[in-house]
Order: sequence, then structure tokens, then C-alpha cells
Amino acid sequence: MTASRRTVLTAAATALLLPASACTGRSRDDVLHVAIVSKGFQQQFWQAVKRGADAEAQKQGVVLTFEGPPTESDIEAQITMLQNTVTRNPDGLALAALDSRAAARALAEAEQKGIPIVAFDSGVESDLPVSTVATDNAAASREAGKHMADLLGGEGQVAVIAHDQVSLSGTDRRDGFIAGIEEFAPGIELLPTQYGGGDQAVTANIARSMITANPDLAGMFGTNEGSAIGILRGVQESGRDDLAVVGFDSGRAQVEAIRDGEMSGAVTQNPVAMGRITVQTVLAAIRDEEVEEVIDTGFLWYDADNLDSDEVQEAIYL
Amino acid sequence: MTTTTTENAPAPQRQSTRSGPSWRSRMQQMLAAGTLVLIFIAFSIASPEIFPTWGNIVTILYSTVVIGLLALGATFVITTAGIDLSVGTAMALCAVMSGLFIVNWGLPVPLGIMLAILFGGLVGLVNGINVAILDLPPFIATLAMMMVAGGLALVFSGAAPIYFEQPSYMWLSTGSIIPSVPNAVLVLLLAAVIAAVLMSRTVLGRYTMAIGANQEAAGLAGVAVRKWLLIVYTVGGLFTGLAGVMISARLGSAQPATGMGYELDAIAAVVIGGTSLSGGRGTIAGTMIGALIISTLTNGLQILSIPQEWQDVLLGAVILVAVFIDRLRKRRERTS
Repeated sequence: MTASRRTVLTAAATALLLPASACTGRSRDDVLHVAIVSKGFQQQFWQAVKRGADAEAQKQGVVLTFEGPPTESDIEAQITMLQNTVTRNPDGLALAALDSRAAARALAEAEQKGIPIVAFDSGVESDLPVSTVATDNAAASREAGKHMADLLGGEGQVAVIAHDQVSLSGTDRRDGFIAGIEEFAPGIELLPTQYGGGDQAVTANIARSMITANPDLAGMFGTNEGSAIGILRGVQESGRDDLAVVGFDSGRAQVEAIRDGEMSGAVTQNPVAMGRITVQTVLAAIRDEEVEEVIDTGFLWYDADNLDSDEVQEAIYL
Repeated sequence: MTTTTTENAPAPQRQSTRSGPSWRSRMQQMLAAGTLVLIFIAFSIASPEIFPTWGNIVTILYSTVVIGLLALGATFVITTAGIDLSVGTAMALCAVMSGLFIVNWGLPVPLGIMLAILFGGLVGLVNGINVAILDLPPFIATLAMMMVAGGLALVFSGAAPIYFEQPSYMWLSTGSIIPSVPNAVLVLLLAAVIAAVLMSRTVLGRYTMAIGANQEAAGLAGVAVRKWLLIVYTVGGLFTGLAGVMISARLGSAQPATGMGYELDAIAAVVIGGTSLSGGRGTIAGTMIGALIISTLTNGLQILSIPQEWQDVLLGAVILVAVFIDRLRKRRERTS
């Protein structure tokens, strides 16, 4: 009786200690440990990145941790996560920084420890990362601007509702779209950009106000999934069916809206590929292989015409 | 916003032997209403062709619905001198529960809605137990619940939106029984009437104010303080549940990661409406006006294309003024 209890206790203790020893990394086993700190994990985009990263990690036989703060404005929570991750001594580290400067100290510590760093999704204002794996947001949005220009025949009023005015993804997408409009349809009048924090209900309210305030409004662009769906909601509620709505990212609601013709089209990144390439790049860096400084994971314009193509189906995340 | 000399003499017997709002809170309520009218007139002058149109007024009303519902519940809690920081994420959790009940479990829409609202009541009840039975400070208890509810919303939804396919569910928000008035606005109106009756015509309202004014005295006077606090937080939770239903009905999906920050808008609406953060005084009409001030200001500034940063600055200033007026009154109260 006592012997068997002791066995149970030992087993329990071992079970408790095992994950702990796994965390301390290199010294205990030969498996490589890759740590990814993302901008979050609750949005479908990050879920898709995680899917790509998990699949690649499994294929390569490495241990992967994937974490992110509760919301994409929790800069401090992300820095704490990053700090804790560095303390854990992974073999390689990938970071999608919410604030590229705030991460500097933790990254410097990782560098000191000889942990190779890869930036993904958005760059870091630092030369520590060996590579940046990202979508060129400005180029992708410029493409959206070009399509908007086509849709409107080069004239009319166009408004942008962006998901935030601070992060690079927010500003690059806003500025990229505006640059696209100015380049391809200088006749289009752009209204001042508004910001909805990516919240669907808030964005819908803003969209309604803008539509009311500007009866000649002909097109609207939302810089992420929440913004695009929010705009769509506001347009529907306003009873306008002649507005061209163009979005960024994908997701079920957006894909369905494009299929139903309520949304004209959208540009999307390829998050699954981003996850996969990020893990590949980290592993290459760990193995001291040559990696490119910037790796573009690409973007894609999709609309009702090409929605069902293999190329688009792989990139959109449902 | 000039102060009158008459408020130096608040005759105690006028402070309601009956259960209606006190003279003092009626004053602040009128002040808030006056502010709303002023804002409305100002924007109407600045943008005569667009701002005062019926279409835009509907837009303003529609954008008041969710914050308004949360603020109704918060009025009860704040009147007891409590606070509920969990309403935003609890709203998201209730939206997710509604999705689980209706989409995943296939329950009939009305039943699913009722269960989701009751689930909100359950979250409120847990808050109430923490505050009234375990004697935790409301700020801390509901802060913890904010995290718990936000986490559970992600867990129960698998961190992905749940999409409703039932047109009748969306109809609850976007349909129109009365032409060109979205049902969501009617729901808010109905909820406000219920809340106003609860607050001014029932034992619940009377005890809510008594507990907020002086918890110890209320207890000595025979009010079962713990029991009524439980009820107050539960009532607050029911409104949160309704807000969760209405936001997901509007969006056609339950968004698990939404809600953070909504609690602050709700508290702002309550405070602008004249409900005192130190308890004992609160009106539903004031809260509705407060919520309308926030949405009207936001809408008007957006229509004038004022940069968003300045919209935040102005809204913050309005809150400061509202709290300052509350302070001013309290100071006069003490010196008189």
C-alpha cells in the first residue's frame, strides 16, 4: 500500500517536473525549442499563423511555444511575455512586436544569450533580428487602393476607417491605400481617416456617421478584418447598396460578403505561410544558415472572380 | 451651467419620503438634459444639412444601444456605491453563450436569448456574492471577474467568432417593427423603462439608494443589505446579458475578444448622467441622457471630421465637468 502510494507520488512528481525540465531547454535534451511571441492569439489571423507554425514545427520535429497578449494594445503584457520567454532560454525566438521599441531591452538580453531572433508580421526598429518575415502592408494596401480606383472609375469620395493610428500595420495600410488612390485615381477625394480600433460595432457606428455626413461617398476601405466587417455593417444599416467596400485580411464573414457581392473585394496576407516561414527562418538562424534580411510572405487581391482559386483558398483563413 | 442659490436649502423632507428621485438628482439630470440639447443645437448649427436629419438621429440612437444597456445595469451598482468593471467582457461572454445556445446547441432563438440574459445574471450574482458575502471591495471583485469573463469568452468560443445563421436573431437588432426605427432602439427604450420603474417605484430602487447613501444606517434600519446587494449585482448582470445579445444580434456574430473598454464608457455615461460615484443617488433618465451625450458628441464630431484624438479629449473633458459638478454639489451639501 505504502509502496504503491510512493510510486504514485514519484510518478506525479516526475510528471510535474517534466515540463519544467523541457522548458530549461538545450542542456536537457537534443530537441530544439522555438518560442514565438505573437501579437495575440484570439483573432483568426493569429490562429492561422499558429496553424502554419505548428505544422512546420511538427514537420521539423522541434518544440514550439506560441503566446500572445490578450489584446493587440497590451504592449506591456507582451513585453513581460517576451522577457519571460528569454529567461526560459529557447534555442530561437520569433517576435511580432506590438511596439517595436519597447521590446528593445528584452531583445538585447536574448542577443547576449546567443538566442537568434526573427521578427515577423511587423519589423522591429533594431538590427538584432537576423530577419524580418512580413507582409509588405503598404504594398498590399496600395493594391487595394488601385482596385478601389478601378471600381469607382477614378472619381468620387472615398473614406478609410483604420484599426489604429499608432502601429506600423495600421499606418502602413492607411498610407499605402491613400498612396494607391492618389497614384491611380487622382480625381478621387479622400476624407480624413477615422479609427475604430478594429472593433466591429464601433467601426459600424463610425461608418454610419460618415455615410450620413457625406452623401456622395462612393467607397470605403477597412484596414483589417474587424474594420472591414464593421464598415459593411454600417453600410447595410444605412441602406446604401451602391457603395464599394474594400477590405483587408480575410475571415469567414468577409469571404461570405464577397461571395454575396456585398463587399467588392479585399487584400489578404497569407498567415499560414507566415507561420511556416517564420519557423523555417528561426531554425535556419539557429543552424547558422544564411537568411535573407527581409522575407516577404506576400499578399493577394481576392474578389468574387478568383475566390475559389487554389491560390486564394490557401491564403484566406476561415 | 450656472448654479442657483436655491440648492443651498435642500429640505430633508423633500428628499422623498416617497421613492422618486430626489430633488438634487433631478437637478443634475436636468443639467445633463440641458447639456444634451446644447450639444445637439451646436452640431445642428455646425452641420445643418446632415446632423439633425432623421437618418442621423437613428444612427446616434443605434450607437447608444449597447453602451446604454450596460450603463442601465451599472446605474444600480454604482448607486450602491459599488462599481462593476466586468460588464464589458461579461457582455462578450454572454454573446458567446448566446452563440453556443443557439448555434451550437440548436436551441430556439427566444430560449437562447433568455438563457444568455440569465447567464449575465449569473455572472452578476457571482459578483454580488464576492462583494456582499465575501466582503471583497467591488473594484477588485469585478476587476477579477473582468479577466475571468474575458478568458471564458475565449475558452467557450474556441477563440473564434460564432456566426449566427438565424435571421430572427439579427432581426432583434436590425429589424424594424416601427418603420425606420431599428428594433435595437426599442429594446433599449423598453429596458430603460423597466430600469426606471425598478429604480423609482420598487423596494429594490429604494434600498439601492439607501445602501448607497449609508450602508450601515440602511442595515440598522432593517434593510437586509447583503441580500439586496446580491440582487443589485444580479440585476446589473441581466442588463449586461441583454447587451451581449444585442451586440451579437447587430453583428450577426459573437465576437469573443470584444468588450474591453466598454465598461469605462458605461461608467462614463452613468457619471455624466448625474449618478454619484460615491453612491446614494442615481437616476435612470440621467444615465440614458449620459449615454446619449456620449454618442451624440462622438457622432457630431465624426460628422464634422474632427480628428479622433480630439474627440477623445473632448469626451474626457465632458466627464471631468460632470464629476466636478457632482463634487461641487457635495461640497455645498456639507457646508449647508
